[in-house]
Amino acid sequence: MEEIYRELVKIVGERFVSNQPEERFLYSRDPGTMEPHAPDWVVMPNTTEEVQKIVRLANRQKIPLVPMGGGLVLSGLSRPLQGGMVLDMKRMNRILEVNEASSYVVVEAGASQGMLQAYLKKHHPRLKHSIPDAPPIATIGGNVLIHGSGHLSAAGGFHSEMLNGLEVVLPTGEVARIGSCSASPYWFSRSPLPDLAGLFLGWHGTTGVVTKLAIKLFPARPWNDVGIFVIEDPELAPDIIRRLARVQVAEDILAWMSPKPDWAKGFQMINIAYGAETKAELTLKRDLIRESVRPYLERKVGGFMPLPPDMKVRFLEAPQSTLAVFADVNKGGGFEYVGAIMPVELFAPAFRKGLEIAESRKVPYSLGARIVGLAHCMMFFYAYAFNRADQADVRRAQTALEDTNAMVLEMGGIPWKAETPAQKQIIKKMDPNTFALMNRLRAVLDPQGIMNPGNWEA
Amino acid sequence: MEHAEILHRCFRCGYCKLPGSYQDLNCPSYLQYRFETYSPGGRMWLLRAWLDEEIPTSARLQEILFSCTACGNCVEHCVFPKFKADVLNAITAGRGELVNEGSVPRRVSDFFKAIHLYGNPYKLPEADRGAWAKGLGLEPYRGQEYLFFAGCAGSYDERGRKMARAVAGLLQDRGVSFGILGALERCDGNEVRAMGEAGLFEEIARHNIAKFLDAGVVKIITLSPHAYHAIRNYYPRFNGIFQVLHYSQVLARMMSKGKDQGADTPLTVTFHDPCYLGRHNQDYLTPRMVLAALPGVELAEMDRARVDALCCGGGGGNFFTDLLGSGPDSSSRVRVREAAATGAQVLAVACPKCAKMLEDAVKAEALESALRVMDLAELVQARSV
Ligand SMILES: Cc1cc2nc3c(=O)[nH]c(=O)nc-3n(C[C@H](O)[C@H](O)[C@H](O)COP(=O)(O)OP(=O)(O)OC[C@H]3O[C@@H](n4cnc5c(N)ncnc54)[C@H](O)[C@@H]3O)c2cc1C
Ligand code: SF4
Ligand code: SF4
Repeated sequence: MEEIYRELVKIVGERFVSNQPEERFLYSRDPGTMEPHAPDWVVMPNTTEEVQKIVRLANRQKIPLVPMGGGLVLSGLSRPLQGGMVLDMKRMNRILEVNEASSYVVVEAGASQGMLQAYLKKHHPRLKHSIPDAPPIATIGGNVLIHGSGHLSAAGGFHSEMLNGLEVVLPTGEVARIGSCSASPYWFSRSPLPDLAGLFLGWHGTTGVVTKLAIKLFPARPWNDVGIFVIEDPELAPDIIRRLARVQVAEDILAWMSPKPDWAKGFQMINIAYGAETKAELTLKRDLIRESVRPYLERKVGGFMPLPPDMKVRFLEAPQSTLAVFADVNKGGGFEYVGAIMPVELFAPAFRKGLEIAESRKVPYSLGARIVGLAHCMMFFYAYAFNRADQADVRRAQTALEDTNAMVLEMGGIPWKAETPAQKQIIKKMDPNTFALMNRLRAVLDPQGIMNPGNWEA
Repeated sequence: MEHAEILHRCFRCGYCKLPGSYQDLNCPSYLQYRFETYSPGGRMWLLRAWLDEEIPTSARLQEILFSCTACGNCVEHCVFPKFKADVLNAITAGRGELVNEGSVPRRVSDFFKAIHLYGNPYKLPEADRGAWAKGLGLEPYRGQEYLFFAGCAGSYDERGRKMARAVAGLLQDRGVSFGILGALERCDGNEVRAMGEAGLFEEIARHNIAKFLDAGVVKIITLSPHAYHAIRNYYPRFNGIFQVLHYSQVLARMMSKGKDQGADTPLTVTFHDPCYLGRHNQDYLTPRMVLAALPGVELAEMDRARVDALCCGGGGGNFFTDLLGSGPDSSSRVRVREAAATGAQVLAVACPKCAKMLEDAVKAEALESALRVMDLAELVQARSV
């Protein structure tokens, strides 16, 4: 153990490696419900070369290696289930290149969402990236690699779909470039080459350590607005959402159903955010959105909520900082959510069953759905709060999450960034040949089985 | 432990690591050390674990707690309205627990010892305390309108003394009625308080209050925002109620009488908000009013200003204990790089600790030819006829 510590010190310097109880305690857990697993070392590399050296050392010594960005996934994916090293990637946070002409940015994987947002605002005010509602210290790498979604997902799909290419340190230590950057100085797209990015997307750090990535940028419009369409019958939601999305005006469509604040209770609220180059264009877009749901307005089964300007400002905030505060509903400091990727037509049962689970398990809840693409699918979220200081309450939330994962799979949805038990449930439902292929790929890429072991295992 | 009930309520979302713009790390200790443990939320969770005996008392835990600069960025930017006000108080209370246990870093116990024995952290004789004023012809306090309180840095630190002389000289020039305590002055205790030594702080506060009351002091001008904070917000707890002004507030009043006369060659200045004037006391305007009153001075704000200012790294006792350490990621060096990026020729400060920290950082970054650190009074003096 000491020898490995010394090797790590040689690679990253004494300041950036720890085997102390304090770091071992903190990096053993995340803000969600999953039980802690302590690392033996926490290491913070600064360059791709350092990552390579660490990976090679882990390979030689057969030590588990778990990459971590913000550690904010909530489902415990960067806890080292079998000990070993946690690789905190946040020192690798440089913004390397913005290509205005082709609208992309190349960043190191540990660059934070907030930092990129601020950088673009200052240096390229006409461009923005699709920011998730995760706290802004969450990393670009961590979010793209789990197929995150965010404030431009109605326009551009999952964040993994906005990925143009990446640089990765393979589990055996080689550096590979994926996408156009493998054969060109530009990071403009993943086509027309064989798309190897899939080897690293959705794998929860089990196939390599991504060190750089390029993501698409979108126009940052000077005029922005948000409308909230309110309904009382979840059965209506799929058609309404489809109509709203297919106008191709919205940047983000987000439904939310929550017992708090009081005025929202019992309703399904659908936020539609959009931007424009001019005031006239904004008005036109607002009219198009209204027009798309006219039949519902005429039947008086849905309507746009009047929004005072200060409320609009709050709803246009990205990320939505108030989301994190759900953790404090019962002064308990915790929440976790099942994010289920599923077709929009499942909205009503997804909602009803979520409500049933939350109410029967007596957990404080907040439900909702972010629409991905032109209603091509949605990320339906079931957030349950718990009191971190009360183990019984943590367990209650955990049970509600387990029930929800099972319910989602039963319905035909798939839990996203799933906890390890939910990964096992997914694998059970998965075509056996698919899982066999996953294992074969993994065995080729990671012959020693060092990368985030315990994940995607039956 | 006081505030123990909020420790588990921290979600470790990390908003508190950042300024409002999210542009970069704004918690000085997290910026320097980068382990989650050195972030505000990390400290909250570690304290909970320590109270629950899940982790032992260790030298590292001590370093983690005492490298916090008490800058208040976490209080400002935590997104949990119901307990954000107490995030730093919880960290201070945690330090207090370590103090009570006698488990503090050596440099911290040395600091307390020096205050105990000498009444100042420099271990210099109290008799020398008034030496900074030599040759200025300042009067001892005897019922003038104001007491000018120089504080330890203003009395003993070379850079601080220079600043104290500039401020006192200026007050004198402008006919402000004030006196000083000289050798009778004692540490204001703010750092002792921030380092969790509540008992020693109370002793110091009571001593000073008695001295002030004996002398008939009603109004106090402080050189340091740290003293301003302690006397304004904590002395009243021990019945020490005074009208306290930071010297910038007196300057602003003097200057609001009209544009200052003097040199009007163009000068670009950027201003570094001291945490104890800014975030802890919400005064962002006054120093800017002083600058605005100077002819030819143009203010070029840093990206991180006002509520978002990056601390110089000298708060929470770190000016003396330096548990934050040096290097390119130390917040003082990051800060002067940010100041230089504005294109300003002068980095204006309003605190003797900031002056020293940032001046050293300018040297470490080899920026001497581009950027000069000047306190507000020095600037006013330099621009006056
Ligand atoms: C209040 C709140 C709101 C949220 N809202 C959203 C939202 O709107 N949209 C959304 O998508 N998510 C959301 N999330 C979930 C999550 O926080 C984000 O997806 C976040 O971006 C994850 O990034 P991270 O850096 O924290 O990743 P981590 O949690 O650190 O890592 C995620 C996974 O990726 C792996 N990984 C990380 N970095 C690398 C790397 N460099 N190479 C290889 N593998 C790596 C890890 O091992 C882990 O398996 C939210 C979370 C919270 C708490
Ligand atoms: S102190 Fe507040 S902002 Fe910081 S991690 Fe805790 S809850 Fe989040
Ligand atoms: S007071 Fe400043 S240094 Fe201390 S934890 Fe808060 S942000 Fe960090």
